[in-house]
Amino acid sequence: MSGPVSAQAIHVGSDLDIVRIRKVVREHAVAAGLSLVDQTKLVTAASELARNTLVHGGGGEVTVSTEGDERGTTIRLVFADRGPGIDDVDKALTDGFTTNSALGLGLGGARRLVHEFHIDTEPGRGTTVRIGFHAPNRRGR
Amino acid sequence: MTTQPVIRLDDVLLVSLHSDMGDEDAIRLQDDIADRVASVAPRGVLLDLSAVEIIDSFLARVVHDMAAVTATMDAVTVVVGIRPAVAITMAELGLDLGGLCTALTVDAGLRELRARDEVRDRERP
Ligand SMILES: Nc1ncnc2c1ncn2[C@@H]1O[C@H](COP(=O)(O)OP(=O)(O)O)[C@@H](O)[C@H]1O
Ligand SMILES: [Mg+2]
Repeated sequence: MSGPVSAQAIHVGSDLDIVRIRKVVREHAVAAGLSLVDQTKLVTAASELARNTLVHGGGGEVTVSTEGDERGTTIRLVFADRGPGIDDVDKALTDGFTTNSALGLGLGGARRLVHEFHIDTEPGRGTTVRIGFHAPNRRGR
Repeated sequence: MTTQPVIRLDDVLLVSLHSDMGDEDAIRLQDDIADRVASVAPRGVLLDLSAVEIIDSFLARVVHDMAAVTATMDAVTVVVGIRPAVAITMAELGLDLGGLCTALTVDAGLRELRARDEVRDRERP
């Protein structure tokens, strides 16, 4: 299967939704022509961030899309929740920082695995993490 | 789930993980392994990750916990079959399976268990 894959929104309400998100992200990654290593990096980042949406954000929605512009193809993922938000984003991005005795590698690790990474969060209002992964046809890489 | 994730091969348990497993499936499997190790008393557990397409921090922790629990029951866990793309990604994420015994294939894992047994028999005549 090649060519563009249309945007998909997936509700995150249980651990099995994380499995579905991994599958959908993999489909976009394969369609965009990512190498096996790059597919694995993107799917792993998606799995970490979707689990944060579920566990820390209390559930939410993930949107997966493949976009093309004059510079090439980018896979964009948005993880949105209306949970408690993050008080100190710099601290949350530090490897090993966790508020629930997990490993604390999800946010910082996901940022290392992808090409674009933005967090919008407000205490009490929720968290939105946006990531982008560039396909190899992109110029200027 | 249709496939049987825990298979007994003589005195070794072969446990196969795969990527359609949700977090709760993984936790259930962890409990299952502990029960099977307690009842079978195998000399080792081979944790086959060859069908696992990604290892994130949750699964890495489950793998560590599985090995730690079986170790307390006197069985060695050997992790086998990690895909190269998975190993590369784990390193970048900051995860390692440090302290765990690994082998490339199930066969190599079985050899590793046998070699460990011979050392143990020599030390405890
Ligand atoms: N969507 C979110 N909503 C609220 N807090 C979050 C969210 N994502 C991450 N965090 C906070 O950032 C911390 C670090 O996240 P992460 O690096 O994924 O580690 P872990 O999930 O293992 O705790 C979490 O413990 C949590 O406090
Ligand atoms: Mg996390």
